Amino acid sequence: MLWLALGILLISFFRLQVIGRTEYRLRSEENRLRALTIPPARGSIVDRRGRLVAENVPGFSLSVLPGPVDTVRATLERLAPHVGLTSKQIDELVEQFRQRPTSSVIVRDDLKPEQVAAIEQRRPEFRTAVIEMHPRRRYPPGRSVAHVIGYVGEISEAELTLPEYEGYEPGRSVGKGGLERQYEADVGGTPGVHFVEVNARGSIVSEFGPRPSIPSVPGEDLELSLDLDLQTLADSLFPDTLKGAVVAFDPRNGEVLLVYSHPTYDPNKFIGGISTEDWALLRDDPNQPLLNRATGALYPPGSTWKLVVAALAMRQGLVTIDTHMPSSCGGSFQYGTRAFRCWKHVGHGNLDLAEAIKESCNVFFYQLGLRLGLDRLLAGADALGFNTRTGLDLPSEVRGQVPPRREWYDDRFGPRGWTESVTLNLAIGQGETTQSLFGMAQFYAALALGGAPAVPHLRRSEVLDARRATWSLDLSETHRGQLIEAMTRVVNEPGGTAFPYRPDGYVIAGKTGTAQNPHGEPHSLFVGFGPVDDPRIVIAAIVENGHPDNTTSLAVPLATRLVEEYLRAEGVVPTGIPVPRQSILVPGVAE
Amino acid sequence: MRSRRWLWLGDPALVGVAFLLSLIGVAMIWSAGQLDVPSVVTGIWKRQALWLAIAAVVFLLVTRVPLRWIEGGSSVVYAVSIGLLILVLVVGSGPGTNSWLRYGSFSLQPAEVAKLGTLLMLARVLSGRPEPETLLSRLWRPLLLTVVPFGLVLLQPDLGSAITFGVILVAALFWARVPLFTVFMLVSPGVSLLLGFSPTVWGVWFVLVVVLMYIRRPYLLEGIAVTFANLAAGALATPLWGQLAPYQQNRLLVFLDPGRDPRGAGWHLIQSQVAIGSGGLFGQGFGEGPQKRLSFLPEQHTDFIFSVVGEELGFLGVFVMLALYAWLLRRLIEAASASSNEFGGIAVFCVFAVWFAHLLINVGMTVGLMPVTGLPLPFLSYGGSFLLMTFVGVGLAARVAAEP
Repeated sequence: MLWLALGILLISFFRLQVIGRTEYRLRSEENRLRALTIPPARGSIVDRRGRLVAENVPGFSLSVLPGPVDTVRATLERLAPHVGLTSKQIDELVEQFRQRPTSSVIVRDDLKPEQVAAIEQRRPEFRTAVIEMHPRRRYPPGRSVAHVIGYVGEISEAELTLPEYEGYEPGRSVGKGGLERQYEADVGGTPGVHFVEVNARGSIVSEFGPRPSIPSVPGEDLELSLDLDLQTLADSLFPDTLKGAVVAFDPRNGEVLLVYSHPTYDPNKFIGGISTEDWALLRDDPNQPLLNRATGALYPPGSTWKLVVAALAMRQGLVTIDTHMPSSCGGSFQYGTRAFRCWKHVGHGNLDLAEAIKESCNVFFYQLGLRLGLDRLLAGADALGFNTRTGLDLPSEVRGQVPPRREWYDDRFGPRGWTESVTLNLAIGQGETTQSLFGMAQFYAALALGGAPAVPHLRRSEVLDARRATWSLDLSETHRGQLIEAMTRVVNEPGGTAFPYRPDGYVIAGKTGTAQNPHGEPHSLFVGFGPVDDPRIVIAAIVENGHPDNTTSLAVPLATRLVEEYLRAEGVVPTGIPVPRQSILVPGVAE
Repeated sequence: MRSRRWLWLGDPALVGVAFLLSLIGVAMIWSAGQLDVPSVVTGIWKRQALWLAIAAVVFLLVTRVPLRWIEGGSSVVYAVSIGLLILVLVVGSGPGTNSWLRYGSFSLQPAEVAKLGTLLMLARVLSGRPEPETLLSRLWRPLLLTVVPFGLVLLQPDLGSAITFGVILVAALFWARVPLFTVFMLVSPGVSLLLGFSPTVWGVWFVLVVVLMYIRRPYLLEGIAVTFANLAAGALATPLWGQLAPYQQNRLLVFLDPGRDPRGAGWHLIQSQVAIGSGGLFGQGFGEGPQKRLSFLPEQHTDFIFSVVGEELGFLGVFVMLALYAWLLRRLIEAASASSNEFGGIAVFCVFAVWFAHLLINVGMTVGLMPVTGLPLPFLSYGGSFLLMTFVGVGLAARVAAEP
């Protein structure tokens, strides 16, 4: 019996130690090794001339290894004086740990060198604290690129559930908004793993060598078509007290040159977690600096929409460039019981289509809208892509809105709740159409080059260059040339609405706009392209409340100056007349 | 040929192996203290070495006491140990159970003293009978002598030790040449009591008892008495179970199913298996076991000291240790057989039975063959009073061997 019992014991040990050795060695390792993530370096992002838009600088992060909740809390409390944690932040971190008790808690990822030194000196007190060096994002251009670049931050609970983030671990940094978000999969890189040995209480015993690390894979670099000079110039030119945006792209291939929204902020503040105070300032600012007005805001296009009506009417053969309307402009147009006013109260007199575009006569376009009719106007605008996104590679882009057909009004206002007079408002870009700057710019790109316009995109890529919108302008070359001619007169002929702000040396075409705004002064818009004989840039700008009176339209000088500077920098030979520049922007605009 | 000079030691080889095992024990306790985290275990090997010295002195004293005196004093030892068992129920403390008596830094597990007292007392009442007893009615004294400490230990509750008392009784009766079937009839109600809280298991057991009664046909009255005793014990188990505090119930349940308590007893078992399994054939090296160093291995200096052996010395170390134990246990049986002193023979065989039970339960526990209980491993586990009692046993065996 003695031998039998001892024999059974020996067999058990043999099974465990000799046969099961490999498995138990592995389990012993799993027991004592903790995997720490090595964050990857994100790819650099450069502008069209190779200048840095986003780069990485060394940073230090502090995290606490998982363990019993009380231990984690005690460690955080002991760390608090060295890294400046409030008791409220400790509570938040503990709560975050409770929800994911197997992951490390990231306490800070923006430690200063002296904080690192303070913790390292007291290492024995902080056996479960880990300080890691990791690449930290920096945006050298700062506020001028805030909206287009976005920022990076810790992945949220909600994002973890998205299919595109499958396999992402909590605590990982991902792009939040802008290009960082759009190209996360490319610039994000792949994290590596570093193993440390811990004891039963979760304290680190050994940092080196328990198992080889798996290095992280840096993200790909991203080359943009963006022009940092243009971004900076837009930031410096934009009237500081006002809101608005300006965008530009190359109509030949869709390369985006400029995406600027105002007011802006410093995206570097978001890196490593924005402070509560800074966040409250940005979030509660009535001017909404976080809103990307260049892609995420819709505005009534105002008179810039008149080219849509003109193109549709010409396409239908309803007018030619020298067609006059039955009623000449006397400052207003009577329709039904209502008088619809022109912006020029004394009236424009009798104009043909080209002159009506040049002087932006409302009375002419009221009649043109009626001649076209609501149905053809709506169907035509819908077919020109005014209800779709342009396909811009930014997550914040919203689609334009225009009623696709008459029934929309019935649904909205009831069958008897509206009259055909909506056509008049719609013909001058008011009423039920609201468009994004990129949407309008893409239509003008189609006017500039004909056919299906290029799709604006920020990433430099031949594939993206070749993409075209799903719709086409479908206008004869003659008609298109005549419209360009009219738009050229807008800028280059005395009496044209943009003439006071024409660029120095370059001939560009465009259309000003004034969008009525129930909350204050009208918005000022300009959409155009140049040079006229070889369009290389199409631009769209809006300055909210930037049209306080009929002689001031702040979007126009902003846009024309940017076009001029761009063309000069690109080495385009000036063919136009030099313009002695007075003051570019009209100063002292009251709100 | 034995040297005359060492004759007073009885069996010098047995004593030598006992001391060798104890020295290995001190070394393993030193290793158990080699952790990567500060621990109270780090310095305790010195205390164990000190206790080993004291135990050696006690051993020498025991070898000088004639067996007659020991036999005469056994009732005193028994009475004292029963007194201690009652005392520990009143003032006891200990991790999880109230099985320890503490006075300053000195602590004592009365169950260990009671094992010695009970085996001596049983040896005394069973020796000197003209022929082996076959009648149950003639065995009421040994039964009563065992049931008292068994019950008191069960109340702590320390199921492992309680079972050891049953083992002592069976061993003593066996060595007194009481027929096995009589032994079976005697202890079967005790088994019924233990199994009674699970109706199914108890039912199987009861059917087995009835079938055996039918086959072996003992005296009718005895057969009926045993059957009823089993029934009564089984019936009593449920109300007794209800009397236990929940933590006591839980301890008994975990004894049977470690998986019930994965953070407690079950966790211990898993960590022990990982430590032993990762030791492999040659071990991780003396003092170097990572599971132990990083304090994943619980109770590494007491109940799970053999896991440290497994992790650091590997299968070869385990083999050598078990061989030493086997050799020691065999020498005990031989000493018991060689003795013409009936009291001494029964006592030494009971010592064998206790150590064997401890070895099986403790080592079996580290590999998951046995439930996790607090039974220490003789010679290896840390514990002064336990080492002392073990060497009283060694002294007893040496005396029996020296007094043929």
